[in-house]
Amino acid sequence: MNAMFRNKWWSFGFRSTVMLYFIILIIIPIFGIYTQSLSLGWQPFWESVSDPLAWKAVLLTVRLAVIATIINIFLGTMIGWVLIRYKFPGKRFLNSLVDLPFALPTAVAGLMILLLLGPRSFVGGLATKLGFDIVFHEPAIIIAMVFVTFPFVIRAVQPLLEELDRSEEEAAYTMGASKALTFFRIILPSMVPGIISGAMLAFSRGIAEFGAVVLVAGNIPGKTLIASVYIFGEIESDNPQGAAAVSVILLTLSFVILWTVNLIQSRRPGQ
Amino acid sequence: MRKLWITLTYVVFILLLIIPLVEIVRGSWSEGWSGFTEGLLRQQSLHALKMTALIVVIVTVLNTLFGVMLALYLVRAKWIGPRIKRLLNSLVDLPFAVSPVIGGLMIVLILGPSTVIGTFFEASGFKIVYALPGMVLATLFVTFPLMVREVLPVLQEIGAQQEEAASTLGAYSWYTFWQVTWPSIRWGVIYGVVLTVARSLGEFGAVLVVSGNIMNKTQTATTLVYQDVENFNVVAANGVALVLAAFSVGLLLLMEWAKKRKEVH
Amino acid sequence: MHIEVRNLNKSFGDFHAVQDVSFDIKKGQLIGLLGPSGGGKTSILRMLAGLESPSSGDIVFHGKRVNDLPPQERGIGFVFQNYALFKHMTVYDNIAFGLKVKKQTKEQIRERVMTLVELTGLKGFEHRYAHQLSGGQRQRVAFARALAPEPQLLLLDEPFAAIDAKIRTELRTWLKEMIERVGITSIFVTHDQDEAIEVADEIMIISKGRLEQKGSPWAIYKDPQTPFVASFIGESTIVEDVGALKGFDSAAGKPGTKALIRPEYIEIGKPGEIRLASAALEANVKHIHFRGSEWLVELEVGSVKLVTYRSLEKDVLQPGDRVHVLVHRAYLFNDQESWIQENSLKEDPMPIHI
Repeated sequence: MNAMFRNKWWSFGFRSTVMLYFIILIIIPIFGIYTQSLSLGWQPFWESVSDPLAWKAVLLTVRLAVIATIINIFLGTMIGWVLIRYKFPGKRFLNSLVDLPFALPTAVAGLMILLLLGPRSFVGGLATKLGFDIVFHEPAIIIAMVFVTFPFVIRAVQPLLEELDRSEEEAAYTMGASKALTFFRIILPSMVPGIISGAMLAFSRGIAEFGAVVLVAGNIPGKTLIASVYIFGEIESDNPQGAAAVSVILLTLSFVILWTVNLIQSRRPGQ
Repeated sequence: MRKLWITLTYVVFILLLIIPLVEIVRGSWSEGWSGFTEGLLRQQSLHALKMTALIVVIVTVLNTLFGVMLALYLVRAKWIGPRIKRLLNSLVDLPFAVSPVIGGLMIVLILGPSTVIGTFFEASGFKIVYALPGMVLATLFVTFPLMVREVLPVLQEIGAQQEEAASTLGAYSWYTFWQVTWPSIRWGVIYGVVLTVARSLGEFGAVLVVSGNIMNKTQTATTLVYQDVENFNVVAANGVALVLAAFSVGLLLLMEWAKKRKEVH
Repeated sequence: MHIEVRNLNKSFGDFHAVQDVSFDIKKGQLIGLLGPSGGGKTSILRMLAGLESPSSGDIVFHGKRVNDLPPQERGIGFVFQNYALFKHMTVYDNIAFGLKVKKQTKEQIRERVMTLVELTGLKGFEHRYAHQLSGGQRQRVAFARALAPEPQLLLLDEPFAAIDAKIRTELRTWLKEMIERVGITSIFVTHDQDEAIEVADEIMIISKGRLEQKGSPWAIYKDPQTPFVASFIGESTIVEDVGALKGFDSAAGKPGTKALIRPEYIEIGKPGEIRLASAALEANVKHIHFRGSEWLVELEVGSVKLVTYRSLEKDVLQPGDRVHVLVHRAYLFNDQESWIQENSLKEDPMPIHI
């Protein structure tokens, strides 16, 4: 075996295989979708994108993802804080449960929401009586997005809180600062980078989410049809160019976010 | 104040995570044991679970192999310039930013039956899209960053010195890898494997687009759940969903365990 | 092992880390590569080991060019700055690693490892892991591990840098003895001149990628060949205006010449203490510092500042005292040349050339 790996040809072969794999699997497809969206020229691209159903879907997705992200910022900051700073029974259990949305198939998550809030369920029935709808309407989409992006902010905030030097806080107390003031002036600022990068990841995952949403959204064009479902519909109705055009918009948005996150993280001192 | 926050945290967890999980269990039993087994033991359920298992195994093996090697190259290789390394490094994350549906669409666009490559393969009797190879490719695409992102930081942290020491002691790369590098990255790799399994088990959007969701042929467990729900057969969907959820919870426990080991070493 | 290096160069991008370095090392010598941090010492060491490949130049071991040999086949032992012990292996397994690679039998390995454990005083620690050892013990393990496969050349990168100052001296002596006992050609890198002077048979001074001078510690001290070496080794002050010193008139005539003067080149005394009064300067004591075994005296001769030592046996000086100063010799240099010159006013009819 040793002799084999000493051989230059073998190591050359390994390198080329791995690099080819990387290029074929990741780079070519992404390159391909950009070229495909423009394969028929600018005119059809523009037509696909300016189709009211298409841009409404994109706008709806962005709007709902923003709402879900804001909810997650609050939930995530609170939970990240509680799970790091407080000792209470069941803490470890809750901490492991945070990753459940990552482990659970998104289609199963969608089904859960459907079962729990659907028209035949208790909550769904109650909501209908009170005169508003959850499933097949916007609230269900937001809930689905919150569920699948739940871990991001928590997991981004936790390490920062752990690193935070307790003495900074204690110094603030010795100078007579109240707990609230200390939190907002000392602790929160050091959590901000984590909150921002966690929120951006959550947002980019939110606008990309498909599995959980498709089951609960109802997918009514122009009303509850989000972008990824719209793309899926275009593929099903054999319009790959149109699907690609909308994809390119979503992709570009996601890439910008991803690189911003990378930038934020690489700016963090000590990294 | 403290009490309030802890209570709120519990409320969020119970509402958002625990009740839905319980609901899946309850839902699949709503028509008793027979309803559950019926839903699960349908021919399409068994076939779908088998497809999922197959994809999980293939994808995990390939992704682990290539992920570890790519991470090694991106950290250690002297034949890649630092600038190209940085570029490749940022490209690794791309699949995170790509909606799974779009990931599937990419594969259809490049390898679909109407493309040059697709026709070529089909003519030689090898179907990619709407068949297993396409589904594997789609899942590989989606899971690609998981392994690299787990292993790469560990490699950076341990540094090259132990490996260099091994080389001055006469050990070649293969021996060095297994004796020196592997023990350090082991838990990172295992964690990456668990993540890959979880993701490929649950992958839905990309597989749905690529597979065409043909019953008893290219249907996986998640796309079967989707189809059952679309056909208003929620109880049948529940059976398969419960199996998937049980696996996920098991993986979650594994994740916790691997994470703890990873921190110790 | 006899080592020959010819015109060695190494660039990292635009940075020229090693420039045209050539030297010879005889079998069995213990060589110290000394110089400021970032000067290219470690690059030279890593190229000798094969961990880095030279941009140009030849490395010859035993008359055989080894540039293209990987580190595995060079027959070297390498002790890393942070020791790079295999952290998931015990001391025993660390030392045995190189022997296992060579596919020696269990018995042979056991025997060799136990000999080395004994030699390095690690008996009783064989089953510990690196994180259970002190810094000094780790260094011994690294040393034993590098020696285990019986290399022809031992390379040590800053072997004492990670060790507490207190036990550093102790370890230095230990390492020198150990290398002498094993009789292996060795090269070590250090930025600490005391360390190099104390341990090495020969020192090579490296600065900005160039080999400034190679020679025994004594030779380098007494006859530095470049201003850099002169100022890097030992303590010294630089006098810009040579004309202010008595007895160096011939040098003052050459434009741009500066003098480098070591504390031990200077003799001071209260008026009358110095015999060669004609060669002495008048000076003012500015500060005195107690150095544990002597006084460090700062002097002012006009605008020139000088530093010297004074024995504790002699009368204690006070700041502000007038003293006589005799500069015995100076290291003089300008842009073209550098040389050592004795004070010409000393009566000595036969100037000693040391």
